[in-house]
Amino acid sequence: MAKKKEEELTYVDKKGKRLDGRGLTDLRPIKIEVGVVPRADGSAYLEWGQNKVVAAVYGPKECLPKHTADPLKGRVNFYYRMATFSVPDRKNPKPGRRETEISKVCSEALQKAIFLEQFPNTAIDVHVEILDANAGTRIAGLTAAAVALADAGIPMRGVVAGCTVGRAGGQIMLDVTKEEEDAPDAVDIPIAIIPSTEEIVLLQMDGLFTKAEWEKALPLGLEGCKKIAKLQEAALKKRFETKEFLESVEAERVSEQALPQKPRVNPVVAAGPMLSADASETLDEENQEMEEALEEEVEQ
Amino acid sequence: MSILMELQADAAAKAIREGKRLDGRKFDEYRKISVETDISKNADGSCRVKIGETEVVCGTKCLPVEPYPDTPNEGSISVGLEMLPIASPEFETGPPQPRSIEMARVVDRGIRESHALDFSKLSIKDGEKVWSIFIDLYTINDSGNFFDACSLAALKALSETRLPKLDDKFQLVKGEYGKKLELARLPLEITFYKVADKIILDPTVAEEEASNARFTVAVTDDEYLSAFQKGGAGSFSAAEIHQCIETALKKTKEMRKIAFK
Repeated sequence: MAKKKEEELTYVDKKGKRLDGRGLTDLRPIKIEVGVVPRADGSAYLEWGQNKVVAAVYGPKECLPKHTADPLKGRVNFYYRMATFSVPDRKNPKPGRRETEISKVCSEALQKAIFLEQFPNTAIDVHVEILDANAGTRIAGLTAAAVALADAGIPMRGVVAGCTVGRAGGQIMLDVTKEEEDAPDAVDIPIAIIPSTEEIVLLQMDGLFTKAEWEKALPLGLEGCKKIAKLQEAALKKRFETKEFLESVEAERVSEQALPQKPRVNPVVAAGPMLSADASETLDEENQEMEEALEEEVEQ
Repeated sequence: MSILMELQADAAAKAIREGKRLDGRKFDEYRKISVETDISKNADGSCRVKIGETEVVCGTKCLPVEPYPDTPNEGSISVGLEMLPIASPEFETGPPQPRSIEMARVVDRGIRESHALDFSKLSIKDGEKVWSIFIDLYTINDSGNFFDACSLAALKALSETRLPKLDDKFQLVKGEYGKKLELARLPLEITFYKVADKIILDPTVAEEEASNARFTVAVTDDEYLSAFQKGGAGSFSAAEIHQCIETALKKTKEMRKIAFK
């Protein structure tokens, strides 16, 4: 809503500079750190301008309560929460309707990326806590969560990357700040994609926007998402391309080779009710082979 | 989801894959939309909206309240949605679930962000009392497409709303009303569903179950876009989004003609 007659701000000056000195297509400074919560299966800390976010992933694990489990695929429980001190007025610690909605759309954005069909009957919990907020926290949270999922080693079609595009002072711009979001004509559009395919997995908007403006905003937003994807990739590489990590992977590989072959667990056994006709056949064959092998041993 | 519904969803998806719909409609064809107003005398504005067999009712109540500290001279609206267990075997009693919270917030956004209602006109005495308009939606029957039905019902009920009279102490005078609220714009929401990689409008329950993504666009009568919401585990390409917006601009015009003659 338009604020009553505050002093008129120039959102973009004659040189194309914004209030914080950025150009129209510039992102705020972004820092991503991977593996910041040792107890979690995967985690990330992200600073996006003034926004500060911690994301942690637990799972895939047993889906509780049990009736919420899906026998065909895993669930993604996304919890977007804001710390009471993260906004100018103290936020009520009880999660509100806004948080519920953001959690839902972020969960759905990740569901497309994760190979959930590999984890039937399980849940993946993704916790996002906003420690400091200055516009664009849902996208900051989702971006951090995607990195945390990759850190957890959860197989994905891609690391979901997001960005906001918007309007302030009549200009379409990337990555709006709180100050710009409070402009009388502000429009804020969070977008998230799977970078490799440019599939749009999250898209929201509010404000008054023309079709022509949207057609200008979308390509800019997609460019922003791709820039974020590069930063996510770099952060993950920094974590995993270390000498220690590569050596530990190599050591694990060698020790696995040295071990006697473990009996292979057929993944369909875990899925239980999904057992298809041909899957059970191969299972029977394997069982038979094992039984035969046992009998031979006994005979010898 | 029941086994029967799963089978119906499979059948719906199969038909759509083949370019048809089970009820013979075109992909962008709505069922019959009907709007009835003044369904509750005690409400300050009310209506019933049906899209095919889908039915929602909406009523408003206006209360004089203290303004929010950051907007001392502005009233406000709030949209609530109860997915009554009356409407579907899938709905349960209890606090609102994420699905209904999301839907209520998207409906709220479509109206609020289009500036359909001038909030400064809802001030009773600047800094002291303002109107708070509660727009409450109740589902009566779920035959698919609650999103569009709720958006239409909320706007219609709001347009029918009369502010109650107040006495000197800002107390409501029972049964006495002023004139109807003036709406500067008529934002309507229209929701696209992706089923079997095709995009359809006004889904049945089976088609909703078969879909993996949806995209809501709010369009005003002066052709502004006032809200977007993508939902569901699937995705949309940029080209699909453009196509949806194009269609939304046309379709909301038709809906507006039916509901706001």
